[in-house]
Amino acid sequence: MSTKELTRDPAGQPTKKPVKSGRRRASTIIVTGVLVVVGLYFIIPVYWVFVAATKTTGDLFGTFGFGFGKTFALWHNLGHVLSYDGGIFVRWFFNSILYAGVGSLLATYFAAAGGYALAKYKFRGNNTVFGLILGGVLVPGTATALPLFLLFSQLGLANTYWSVLLPSLVSPFGLFLCRIYAAATVSDALMEAARLDGAGEIRIFHTLGLRTMTPALVTVFLFQLVGIWNNYFLPLVMLADTKYYPITLGLKNWLSQVNRLPEFYELTTGGVLLSVVPLGIAMLVLQRFWRGGLTEGSVK
Amino acid sequence: MSVQTTTGTAAETRHDDSGRRPARRRGGAVRRAPWLLLAPFLLLFLFTFILPIITAIGSSFVKVSRSGLFGEDGVTSRFAWFDNYAKALADGNFVASIWRMFLFGIVQVPIMIVAATVLALLLESASAKWPGLFRAAFFLPYGIPGVIATILWSFLYVPGLSPIIDAAKWMGLDVDFLGSGTVLWSIANIVTWSYTGYNMLIIIAQLKSIPGELYEAARVDGASPWRIARSIQIPLIAPALVLTTVFSIIGTLQLFAEPQVLQSVAPAIDSQYTPNLSAYTTAFSYNDYNVAAAQAVLIAVVAFVLSFGFLRLTNRKSS
Repeated sequence: MSTKELTRDPAGQPTKKPVKSGRRRASTIIVTGVLVVVGLYFIIPVYWVFVAATKTTGDLFGTFGFGFGKTFALWHNLGHVLSYDGGIFVRWFFNSILYAGVGSLLATYFAAAGGYALAKYKFRGNNTVFGLILGGVLVPGTATALPLFLLFSQLGLANTYWSVLLPSLVSPFGLFLCRIYAAATVSDALMEAARLDGAGEIRIFHTLGLRTMTPALVTVFLFQLVGIWNNYFLPLVMLADTKYYPITLGLKNWLSQVNRLPEFYELTTGGVLLSVVPLGIAMLVLQRFWRGGLTEGSVK
Repeated sequence: MSVQTTTGTAAETRHDDSGRRPARRRGGAVRRAPWLLLAPFLLLFLFTFILPIITAIGSSFVKVSRSGLFGEDGVTSRFAWFDNYAKALADGNFVASIWRMFLFGIVQVPIMIVAATVLALLLESASAKWPGLFRAAFFLPYGIPGVIATILWSFLYVPGLSPIIDAAKWMGLDVDFLGSGTVLWSIANIVTWSYTGYNMLIIIAQLKSIPGELYEAARVDGASPWRIARSIQIPLIAPALVLTTVFSIIGTLQLFAEPQVLQSVAPAIDSQYTPNLSAYTTAFSYNDYNVAAAQAVLIAVVAFVLSFGFLRLTNRKSS
């Protein structure tokens, strides 16, 4: 410990800087240049949809894609998107929020309880249960969607909110993360102390376990949120009625009509913009929480 | 192991000190607690994972036949052994779709993982300016659903709409993103665009966990940034690389939204372009759920074998 601090502060930093600053500036320029070029690749499609959403269908085909059109039709287009078909887009939006919001909240809670149980209790069947769930991580979600549809249609659950919500409540990967994190961070001594104070096991989980696991829970929640929001196959298989559609399915539905009715170009680009902007902002704000928990558990 | 047993006995002796009955009652609660905590997850897991898998395997061995001209004389189902599997594997288009995904994965997965690693190392290097801003920009596409990303890119692929094609034309280039030879790589581009930033973030998380002393020691020894990346960072982020590669392999075989959406603008994509698209078409266009179930099981098995094989391979290498 002490030797590390000795080499770091007085000797290390100040002497290095003047010698290497020339080379360092050159490498900063190169590295930043590469990052800018790569950044353009990731940003340009989003920029394009913003420009496209400001155009009339005529301008969309008649003017250069990365520049603005002759008429600025953004507000007209967005108004059209929000009012078309009795405001179905707004309904899709709230459906998506329902599926993703409720689904990921509950999924996180269930995964936390399960992961905590597997990490903090030694019981018969512990490893079997964990192995089974780990197998679930590796099974493609789409492989289960078809049989799930058959099962749900027999139970009368297909084409309801439940058909998309129920499968979204399960996150094997989330449980996997929670188990690693709980094993590394939730203290056995504190649990034992709580027991001696007379707290029940479930209460210990809610007060001690959940609080200690918060960084991992944020990660699991975000993963599940994006996972459900992005899911296309499951709702496509399950839902027949457009009023239950999430936003992804709805926009695909509009896109498939552009060949017959070119006005759907305006609707689709406007709808894409409206669905990308809130998510983009959420991503920018939330990405710093992303790293917490993912590997933290394996470090300690 | 030894630590666990000693704490266990310590706890027991403490229980014994405080009297018999509470200790036993507490022991019962401790025994019940994990199952109570696991119950909601396990019930849902059994209902939405295990049961469908069993149903899929079950119905993949069943053959349904309708008697009468229009099936009006009733439906009979019988155990058909591997008939559905034979039928699925005899379908040249389905087998071709699996090989197509192999080709796709062999090219796209390494490109994406290498790109994610390089970007992570650059962002974490001392030479990067505004790393937070760039990290957010690279990660942004992950938040855009695959369908919407594909709608976006499809606009950039379609002649007449795409400014990229226009710009290439000015330079005298004639690009066709949707031809039968190129459309697979246009899909690869969408997947790379969507997931590189996400994989990069996982790698960054692992990079951040490397203890600072290792860097100090390397710097004291006069190691260059390149040497540090090769000898310290890459070996230590290997677990993250394995994780992201396995997820990418599984993702490749699941590919569905991108080709399905691009279908409407790219005639080169047929209804059996990817294994999943095949299973979907078989189930909902041909209404042959049993063959579709066999196809779904085959996809799951291939994904399982590939990701398991990859894990074994990397384990052997490291030991």
